[in-house]
Amino acid sequence: MSILINKNTRLIVHGITGNEGLFHTTQMVAYGTNVVAGMTPAKGGEWVIEGKIPVFDSVKVAVEATGANTSCIFVPARFAADSIYEAADAGITLIVCITEGIPVQDMMRVRNYLDQKKVRLVGPNCPGLLTPGEAKVGIIPGNIAIPGNVGVVSRSGTLTYEVLYALMIIGRGVSTCVGIGGDPINGTNFIDTLTMFESDPQTEKIVMIGEIGGTDEEKAAEFITRHMTKPVVSFIAGQTAPPGKRMGHAGAIVEGGSGLASDKIKALQAAGVRVATHPEEIPSLLF
Amino acid sequence: MKLHEYQSKQIFSRYGIPIPNGRIATTADEARNIAIELGGRVVIKSQVLVGGRGKAGGIRLAKDPHDAEETATQILAMEIKGLPVRKVLVDEAAIISKEIYLGITNDRAARKPVMMASSAGGVEIEEVARTTPEKIIKAHIDPLLGLKDYQARDIAIGIDLPKQHWKLFNQIANGLWHAYLDCDATLAEINPLVITEDNRLIALDGKMLLDDNALFRHPDLAELRDLDVEAPAEIEARKYGLSFIKLDGDIGCMVNGAGLAMTTMDIIKLFGGEPANFLDIGGGAGSDKVAAAMKIILTDANVKAVLLNIFGGITRCDEVARGILVALAEVKPKVPMVVRLVGTNAEEGRKLLSDAKMITADTLADAAQKAVNAVKTVKAGR
Repeated sequence: MSILINKNTRLIVHGITGNEGLFHTTQMVAYGTNVVAGMTPAKGGEWVIEGKIPVFDSVKVAVEATGANTSCIFVPARFAADSIYEAADAGITLIVCITEGIPVQDMMRVRNYLDQKKVRLVGPNCPGLLTPGEAKVGIIPGNIAIPGNVGVVSRSGTLTYEVLYALMIIGRGVSTCVGIGGDPINGTNFIDTLTMFESDPQTEKIVMIGEIGGTDEEKAAEFITRHMTKPVVSFIAGQTAPPGKRMGHAGAIVEGGSGLASDKIKALQAAGVRVATHPEEIPSLLF
Repeated sequence: MKLHEYQSKQIFSRYGIPIPNGRIATTADEARNIAIELGGRVVIKSQVLVGGRGKAGGIRLAKDPHDAEETATQILAMEIKGLPVRKVLVDEAAIISKEIYLGITNDRAARKPVMMASSAGGVEIEEVARTTPEKIIKAHIDPLLGLKDYQARDIAIGIDLPKQHWKLFNQIANGLWHAYLDCDATLAEINPLVITEDNRLIALDGKMLLDDNALFRHPDLAELRDLDVEAPAEIEARKYGLSFIKLDGDIGCMVNGAGLAMTTMDIIKLFGGEPANFLDIGGGAGSDKVAAAMKIILTDANVKAVLLNIFGGITRCDEVARGILVALAEVKPKVPMVVRLVGTNAEEGRKLLSDAKMITADTLADAAQKAVNAVKTVKAGR
């Protein structure tokens, strides 16, 4: 078992004919992900990746023709919200949005719309999902993780890769890695992911990587105290970040005294979570 | 991106929010003429993008046009928290009987915009939230529906606004909502919204923050950016699509990925050093971007050592190594460089750099320690 994606995932890639979309689709296919369709407006009828994957003008038609159940979005920020609506309206049940830089008001409308439907959004501004040995949806390099029993959830991309890599070096593997993204408004948060890991039989331990901004880590700490039986190890980035500055990620900002790394660490420690002083310390806290 | 008070108020005015009569002046002479037009008594308000203008003496009353000229001369010569005053707003002076706070911002946790009001206007809302949170009335706005009239009314009731003002208050609340919406603001604030002695409602001060990610649909607003508030290196970095923030330390950092860049700063501090900057070169950065980043780091005279921490995923380490070589050839840095390449094509990258006299590191901790030690050696050598 794993969470969110596996061998039954049937993926449609939005923006499949763009540079990023095509490059990462090639990587996903090479990893073994079942990519059944692509979507780029006005490119319908073409075939990509050695003529193996059909491109459609409409997600609805693509879903009807291929049975796609998962979307991966690579389209530019100004079109990304529309892509999410299109996927949701076409009956896709899991949408992974890689795109960075979506206007926050667009994301508030998207999130409030999706909340009325039975669909899960992961991201935006995230590296996507990886279930080692089965499937990857997004841009996480496949060669830095092996199958195992650690569930990883993170707001950051490369920082997550560090952790996957550090685990692989000592021969430890991962059930699923979930990049929830660095935006202030996202589709899936820590609590959503912890809930899935708690009920996933393959996952035995969890790594949760947070950063400054917002209060999701504090809420996760409360949730861990009440509901989690599996051990959680954490790292929080941005202890030295100056207040009022956006640290690369749209959501990584300390505002009005809220979102401090120190508050998050305190809350997590109070919930019995072991918090690493730096990411390379995580494996030794897990095993 | 922050807008100036006068820019925010001009936008508010277009949405039916009453603002004081007034205009912007860049010279004392202009200020005097505006005061004559407005009939004498005016307020001269410095237009700089920092809080606490009033306390710093940047907002002052002038009793007549002559006084306006003198006051404007003084304020235009000021520097407030390091920022030069280039413009003053000359507004007619209002006689205030009550001050209210009214603002809209994004509530991240609720994933909705929230309208907030308080009968304690004129004070920073964060201050009110800290000392008397019960005085803040909130209404979350459904982003798919917009602000409802009853919500504006509930707010008016909540702040004990006399009934005679409800109609105009509703117009102001709706105007503020639409200004926030149409400009892709992350904050639209009237503080204070005043009831004058002759019972008018006027937005005396205004503030707007805009979403940088939405500026592509607002080219007119993007032009209003005031570069005075940004460090030159940050402006330069934006040109190359680099995310850069200048800090006060002496170890320059170049990292791919925002989370890893923050972590690199944290770990430098953990080992007793001080980072000179936050710099994320982004995913898939090519050699030109790497070279630009290197130059920006090295223009900071405080930098005594540079730490390059690259985890190759999408970004290929050999590509980054080529960028480093280009930059080294151009900039010829005199400070020690510590480099850590891990992940995709790391071997090739390390090979390319083997002749470049850089200090290499395997782990993040190792890299940070070596950078901190390099700075110590440089300092000891003086």
